[in-house]
Amino acid sequence: MGRLTFQGGVHPNYRKEITSDRPITPLAAPAQVIIPLHQNIGAPPEPLVAVGDLVKVGQKIADTEAFVSAPVHASVSGKVVAIENRPSCIGKEVLAVVIESDGQDTPWEGLQPYPALEEMSPDDLRQALREGGLVGMGGAMFPTHVKVTPPEGKKFDLVIINGSECEGYLTCDHRIMLEWTEDVIYGTKAFMKVTGVDKAIIGVEANKPDAIELLREKLAAEEGIEVKSLEVKYPQGAEKQLIKALTGREVPSGGLPVDVGCLVQNVGTAAAFAQYLKTGMPLVERVVTVSGSSVENPGNFLVKIGTPFGYILEHCGVVGEPKKLIAGGPMMGVAQITAEVPVVKGTSGILLFDKKDVPAGDARPCVRCAKCVDVCPVQLLPLFLMDYSLKGMLHRAEEYHILDCIECGCCSYTCPSRRPLVQTIRMGKADVLARRRKRQ
Amino acid sequence: MVKLDNLVVSSSPHLRSGEDVEKMMWHVNLALLPAVVLSVYYFGFRALAIIVFSIAAAVATEAIIQKATGKDIYIADGSAVVTGLLLGMNMPVHVPLWLPVVGSVFAIAVVKEAFGGLGSNFINPALAARAVLLAAWPVHMTSYAVPFVDGATHATPLSILSGAAQGELPSYLDLFLGNVGGVIGETSALALLVGGIYLLVKGVIDWRTPVGFLGTVFVLSWIFGGNAGLFTGDPLYHLLAGGLMLGAFFMATDYVTSPVTKTGRLLMGIGAGAITVMIRLWGGYPEGVSYAILLMNVATPLIDRYTVPRVYGTARKQLARR
Repeated sequence: MGRLTFQGGVHPNYRKEITSDRPITPLAAPAQVIIPLHQNIGAPPEPLVAVGDLVKVGQKIADTEAFVSAPVHASVSGKVVAIENRPSCIGKEVLAVVIESDGQDTPWEGLQPYPALEEMSPDDLRQALREGGLVGMGGAMFPTHVKVTPPEGKKFDLVIINGSECEGYLTCDHRIMLEWTEDVIYGTKAFMKVTGVDKAIIGVEANKPDAIELLREKLAAEEGIEVKSLEVKYPQGAEKQLIKALTGREVPSGGLPVDVGCLVQNVGTAAAFAQYLKTGMPLVERVVTVSGSSVENPGNFLVKIGTPFGYILEHCGVVGEPKKLIAGGPMMGVAQITAEVPVVKGTSGILLFDKKDVPAGDARPCVRCAKCVDVCPVQLLPLFLMDYSLKGMLHRAEEYHILDCIECGCCSYTCPSRRPLVQTIRMGKADVLARRRKRQ
Repeated sequence: MVKLDNLVVSSSPHLRSGEDVEKMMWHVNLALLPAVVLSVYYFGFRALAIIVFSIAAAVATEAIIQKATGKDIYIADGSAVVTGLLLGMNMPVHVPLWLPVVGSVFAIAVVKEAFGGLGSNFINPALAARAVLLAAWPVHMTSYAVPFVDGATHATPLSILSGAAQGELPSYLDLFLGNVGGVIGETSALALLVGGIYLLVKGVIDWRTPVGFLGTVFVLSWIFGGNAGLFTGDPLYHLLAGGLMLGAFFMATDYVTSPVTKTGRLLMGIGAGAITVMIRLWGGYPEGVSYAILLMNVATPLIDRYTVPRVYGTARKQLARR
C-alpha cells in the first residue's frame, strides 16, 4: 500500500459511506430534458435542430467547427419544444435545447459501434472522442479530444487515470470502478493508444480498497497498466497534485500536464469513452451521486444529461430544511439558486444540505496562525494573497504566485477565523489577469 | 419536481474544519494552567491574585476600547485572557497589585488595540508590557521570591550563574519542578513543558519555533557557557532556568507576532535562542528571553519576506526582489 501523496492538503469528513454501497441505478428520463449547448471549456457549439424537430437518443443537436469545443447529443427521443436561455449550474442562464420525451428512448439510426482498438489509429480515436462529445467528467469539462492532442513539440509518456475521488460525499467514480471495471480498463487502453504511450497508472485513494483490488485482479495478466494506492487527502485528485504523487514530477507554473508528459483522465471519462467505442452511443448519460443531509434516499444514479436536479431530488426524497444545493463536491462544487438546473456532462454530484449543515459565522481578523500556509497544496501563502487582493496590491499578488492557485479551497476550509481566503484569491486572480491583458 | 426556495448561495468551499481562534486561545489558557497551579502551590494565593488582577485588567481594557471604538465586543475570544495571564505569570509575586493592572492596560490599549486589535499588533503585548514595567519599576520587577518563604526575596538561578548575585545554585530537580526563585509562572520547567506538549499535540502551535529555540539555547550555551573554555557550558541548566520554557512554548509561538512560513518559524526559534544566549552570557541582564522574542517579533515581516516557500511548479526558491 502506498503512501503516495503531495505536500499540504486537508482531511475533511468524507461522508462517503452514505452512498458508497449504493449501486449505480438507472433513472427513467424525465418528461422534459434541458440540454445546455455549452458543456465544455472552449467555444460554444451551435444548435443543429430547430423547435418542432423530432430527435432520437444519441442524435447530434449542436456542434461547431471550432477545435476546442465538443458536440452535444439528444439524451431522449422526442420533440424539441424550445431553444432558449435556461438556468444552468454555473450560475447563469445559458442557451439550452429543451426536448419533450416521447418515453420511447428510441436510439438514433446513425449510431455505429467502433471497430476493435487494434484496428483503429490514434487519429481515428481522436475523431471518435470528438464525435462522442467527450469532455472531462470529473467536473472541468475540458474537451477530451483536445487534451489528448499534444501541442507542437511535446509528447506524452504516461497516461494517468484519476480514480482518487478526493471530494467528500461523492462515490460515483468509486461505483464506476467497481461496476464498470472492464470499461475503465478498456478506456485506459484507448487513451494509451490515442497518445501512443505504453504505460498507464490508475491512481485510487486508499479508502477504496475494493476498487483497487478489483482493478488489480482484472489487470493481473495485462502489461503496462499499474494500479496505485494514494493517501487519503484532499485535493489528491487535483491534476497537478495527482501527477506529483504518482510520478514525483511537477507541472511547471503556468504549464500543462503534457509539459511533464502526462495525460490525466478521470475514470468516468475512461468508462464513457469505452462505452462510446463499444456501442456508438455518445455521451448522453452519466453517473451522479445524490447525497447530503437533506436527501432521504441517497445513492448513485445513471441519469440522462439534461435531467433537472429537482426531478432527481423528487425521486430521492427531500427531508428536513434544505438550505444549500450543490452541483459537484462540497469543497469545489457550485451552490445553486434553483433546483431547475439540469445535469450536465461534468455533474459528478448533487448535494442537498440541511440548514444545520450550512456553515455560518462571520469572518474574524486574521491572526496569522499560518494554518492556510500549512495546508496549501501549492505552497502559496494564502493569507498574504488575500490581503494583497483586497488592497489591490496586484504586483505583489503576482509576485507571490497568485496565478498558481488551484482554488481547491483548503485555506478557507481550515481558517479558524472563517476568512473567505480562496473566494478573495479567485477575485484577485481575475484582477491580475485583467491587469495583464490591459498591459499587452 | 422538487422546488427549493431560499437556498443559500455562496462560493466554495462549502465545508469548514470547525477550527476556531477562540478554541485555540482557550487551549493556550488551559495549557498554562499546570504552571499557574504550581505557582500558587509555591508562592501562595498572592500569585493567583496577581494573575487575576492582570487578566481582569486586560479583559476590561479590551472591552472598553472595543466599545468606545464602535467595534463588536469580542472579549470571549480569549485572546485578552491569554495576554493578561502571560503578563501576570511574568511578574514576581511581591509586586504591588496595581502593577499588573498598569501592565495589562498598556499591553491591551497601547500594544494591541492602538495598532488595530486582534491580529494587528507587531510585538507580543504581554512581553512589551513586561519590558515597560521592567524599565519603569525595576526594583518591583526584580525582587524575586523564594518558594514557601513569605516575604523573603532571593536571586534567580540565572543571576547566580552569571555571577551577578551571590548564592548557592539550586539543583536540576528543583529547577525542573520550579522550587526556585523567579517570577510566578516561569519557575517550573516541568509544568510549562506539559502545557507546551499539550499545545503541540492539539496542533495549536508548530514544533519548529520551540524546537529551534530550545535547541539553539542548548547548543550555544554548551559551546560558550562555560568558564573553562569552549564546550564546557551547562546547557541543561540553561534550558531549565529562567523563562525559557514559557518563552519557547507560549510566547515565541504567538501567531500574530511570529513568521507564517515554515522556514520562518524555525528561524524565529533559532534567532530568539541565539539572542537569549547572548544576553544571558554577555549582556547586562541575567535573563534575555523576553528581549530575544521582542527583537524577533520586530524582524518577523522581514523573515516572512525572505522565506517565501518554493511554489509547486516553480524552479527554485523565490527571493524577495523589492
